[in-house]
Amino acid sequence: MARALINVPAKAKRGEVIEIKTLISHNMETGFRPDNTGKPVPRDIITEFVCKYNGEEIFRAELFPAISANPFLTFFTIATESGTLNFEWTGDNGFSASESANITVE
Amino acid sequence: MMNDHDMLQATRRRFLIDTAVLAGAAGIGLSLATGPASATPASMRTAIRKVVGEASVKKGRLKIDLPPLIENGNAVALTVTAESPMTADNHVKAIHVFTEKNPQPNVISVQLGPRAGQAMFSTRIRLADSQKVIAIAQMSDGSFWSDEIEVIVTLAACLEGV
Repeated sequence: MARALINVPAKAKRGEVIEIKTLISHNMETGFRPDNTGKPVPRDIITEFVCKYNGEEIFRAELFPAISANPFLTFFTIATESGTLNFEWTGDNGFSASESANITVE
Repeated sequence: MMNDHDMLQATRRRFLIDTAVLAGAAGIGLSLATGPASATPASMRTAIRKVVGEASVKKGRLKIDLPPLIENGNAVALTVTAESPMTADNHVKAIHVFTEKNPQPNVISVQLGPRAGQAMFSTRIRLADSQKVIAIAQMSDGSFWSDEIEVIVTLAACLEGV
């Protein structure tokens, strides 16, 4: 299981734009680097990231090999109601990870 | 009578003229093909075409933040900001980032909606060479806006061995 770090404010005012930061450990092998024998190392990357706010999708990113190792993403959303934010990463070789964070909206 | 030196001069002149004509033609071809995102290698143009289709891409309403001089291409902080009120009927639907000289032109494609509140994201990218980076935003009204930036990379990513 890959280690993921999520930064979501614990509390927010209704209607406030909040910043969400995510980081997940993954070496994002590009598939272009040669190994000792000169053959390229097979590609192994995270291809998709989705963030859902109380089940509704608010942000989605399609990632390519040009994303650095340990993909880091920052984005924004409007704090509409208290609830849960779900984060999901999927990738090559059946990679899948998920994480969630709670937010209280006043 | 023409001596060797003159001959050489003549061929050189001819060569220069030919190259200039060719370059001019290529330039026109490229600008017709992509509009503002001109003079870029073919694979990036194809990748951009795939996203925008036949629509024209205008410059503006979008800003790429990248350091102009990059010491290490393995992790470069990238921020893309679009100007948009982000309301239900006027928001940014997607932002795509492309590079000119990486092995693959695509870098990232993000999908946003009115719930984002602010059309902005940050990530870290790999850059294989000094090159042009282009971002294209798709608005909810179907228009496309772009921004591009030239960066210099001293240590390239992707290409070294394990």
